[in-house]
Amino acid sequence: MDVAIPCQVKPHPVTGIANGKLAIWLFLASEVMLFGALFSSYILLRTNAETWPRGHDILSVPLATLNTAVLITSSVTMVMAWAQLMMGNFSKGRKYLAVTLSLACVFLVVKFFEYKDKFHHYQVWFNTPTMVAGHEVTTITGHIEEKTDDFIKFLPDPPKGHKAEAGHHEPIKIETSQIKRLSNYGPWHSNFFAVYFTMTGLHGLHVIGGIIVIGYLLGPGAKLWHRDRQFYINRIENTGLYWHFVDLVWIFLFPCLYLI
Amino acid sequence: MSLKAFHIVFMTASILIALVFGAWATQQYRQSGGLLMLATAAGSLAAAAAMFVYARWFLRKLKHVSYL
Repeated sequence: MDVAIPCQVKPHPVTGIANGKLAIWLFLASEVMLFGALFSSYILLRTNAETWPRGHDILSVPLATLNTAVLITSSVTMVMAWAQLMMGNFSKGRKYLAVTLSLACVFLVVKFFEYKDKFHHYQVWFNTPTMVAGHEVTTITGHIEEKTDDFIKFLPDPPKGHKAEAGHHEPIKIETSQIKRLSNYGPWHSNFFAVYFTMTGLHGLHVIGGIIVIGYLLGPGAKLWHRDRQFYINRIENTGLYWHFVDLVWIFLFPCLYLI
Repeated sequence: MSLKAFHIVFMTASILIALVFGAWATQQYRQSGGLLMLATAAGSLAAAAAMFVYARWFLRKLKHVSYL
């Protein structure tokens, strides 16, 4: 016996909207609380810290800008897919959905390269002030070329504003006994990177969630269009609401982590 | 709130972030003097203007769709 679930397509007489839309807004409300708690933690950690790095000094602003543009464009294509489906253009709607899916994948690829760079970039803290390239320093940043139990061969970053080809930064040999701490720029590096990886990682998981849902609606879920058009359009709208939320979170993350 | 209404909220936030980014790039240009930052600032302001034009076009195109 088939049991019809009421108000899946038509608005519920009490709420005035279809059940699916009410459900997605309840879900998004819980997401606001989740990300709100993380943003609050970030603000508290930052305002109570003695020192806090500026994101643009240690993160890649060009890559983040590219990703911001990618996500804004993907929101536009998502809403275009919904508009085309409302006008009855199934094939155009699917094309816009496919573009949205591709842009979501581009975002993740760019994020992968950004993360990869952080895991290969190191900071060395010395036990005592040490001469490096004519300057006495307590810490340097760069890349490890060779690592043994007794020493590391380290290629320091060029000074800010200088190109790597300038030539005055050759690999240096650092004895293990000179090193107080050695860490890459993973979440364990500092509070800043713990916050950075937690927030962008959680956001990345939401992007993966969006890819799964959009992929389903583009593939096997598209059969619903032929059975019940309005139901399919409602699903696309609900997915669009989720996708806009995910993009809006990034709009807040970008200035908080990369610019200020 | 429908996707139409949320899209307008999102585009408003996007326009604001483009303006904030433009201001940030202008400040960086004043500090370092790099022409790339000046170009970035100009690009951001152009992007904000383009998104404003798009948002107006979007509202006109979907005026028959409910905000609920």
